[in-house]
Amino acid sequence: MDLSLMAVSLPKLLSAAVVTLKLLSLSLFFGLIIGLIFAILRLNKNPIINKFAYGYSYVFRGTPLLVQIFIIYFGLGQIEYFRSTFLWVVFKEPYWCAIIAFALNTGAYTSEILRSAFETIKPGIIEAGKSLGIPSKIIFYKIQIPVAIRQSLPAYGNEIILMMKGTSLASTVTLMDITGVAKHIVSTTYKPLEIFLMAGGIYLFMTFIIHNLIKYLEKKYSFN
Amino acid sequence: MDLLSFGKTGWGDELFYATLMTIAVSITALLIGFIFSIIFTPLKLSNNKFLNFIANSYTTIIRGVPELLVIYLFFFGGSGAIMYVASIFGYFEYIEINAFITGSLAIGIISGAYSTEVFRGAIQSVDKGQFEACKVLGFKKHIYFIKVIMPQMLRLAIPNLSNVWQITLKDTSLISVTGLVEIMRQSYIAAGSTRDPLFFYSFAAVLYLMVTFLSMKLINRLEIKYSRGF
Repeated sequence: MDLSLMAVSLPKLLSAAVVTLKLLSLSLFFGLIIGLIFAILRLNKNPIINKFAYGYSYVFRGTPLLVQIFIIYFGLGQIEYFRSTFLWVVFKEPYWCAIIAFALNTGAYTSEILRSAFETIKPGIIEAGKSLGIPSKIIFYKIQIPVAIRQSLPAYGNEIILMMKGTSLASTVTLMDITGVAKHIVSTTYKPLEIFLMAGGIYLFMTFIIHNLIKYLEKKYSFN
Repeated sequence: MDLLSFGKTGWGDELFYATLMTIAVSITALLIGFIFSIIFTPLKLSNNKFLNFIANSYTTIIRGVPELLVIYLFFFGGSGAIMYVASIFGYFEYIEINAFITGSLAIGIISGAYSTEVFRGAIQSVDKGQFEACKVLGFKKHIYFIKVIMPQMLRLAIPNLSNVWQITLKDTSLISVTGLVEIMRQSYIAAGSTRDPLFFYSFAAVLYLMVTFLSMKLINRLEIKYSRGF
């Protein structure tokens, strides 16, 4: 164990943790919006819309995140026409490519979590709303969505942790997150054990924080 | 479509063998994971606090750290560790471990953490009366476990194990960083030499989807077999 090297690289890894957290929060934000939209589409009675939403979540949950990042980062740049559109401003940056891939991926999982939450809402709640004469749109936004979000908290907490681990793949498209910086330090010092264990420790600490945050929220918004 | 033809002009046969490699690594990793969970599940369920602590640390650490980092640690740290051990015995040449072995061991350890949790949950949800009945009837411990608890536990575990299988299969894409030629690595090579990444990575996605789809069909059959009578 090279303790002095560990002391030198700790600040570098911690500043890289900021990149990881930024990637995580942005992709969770966009992923939640995508997930909510697709969960609502899944509940639609039109079979074409329904199948489309199912297909989206099937494809993104059935393929590795690494493939998705590579398709978006290496693949899309290949289309000539695509490079001339204004979208290219976003897609030429590895940072945004990674966030788009993460958001689409977590969106697929989130849509499944929210869908099952919507389906398990007790019909009594909706009936109570109806008998009070509340319009169905307001029932949906003010009753169904909040209850579904509460019900999906434990599963969503797991998804946040999975996504946090997923952000380590951003290092494969040249981004300097915790894993990227760790790998860079290892390639210059060749001390894999020390550096990777330290990086792992930082990730573990983040998992611990997220886990407890979700537990706190679950307690705060519990039905009892 | 010319790109996918078999033989020297296309990448069809290479990608086919790469798919077989992905399946081989996934199965090996899953089995290694099962070995780990056979060791750690009893520790998790034991009454000894120290043994509990060991098993809990294993599952918490592995499930809380990115898979890529575990693979890097194994790949870069593994050969160093082995060379260190070899140097004690007076062997100083460079030792390179086979990418297949390191890869499946790394994924296997990850997969083992997930399947340990699955087995623990399944054993705990078997009705307590079943354990008590076995004790009352005076069965030996290993016999009642294999004959009575296992069949009931497997029924509960198989749906979750199919999730573990999917996670394991998708994780194997990460060993491409170590140079093992599986779907992802082969697509990377093909994309590099043809300058057609969009096509090859999309095709890689299709290959993964095909493997998941077919394996799900098989697992569903197993599920039906083990839920007879329910």
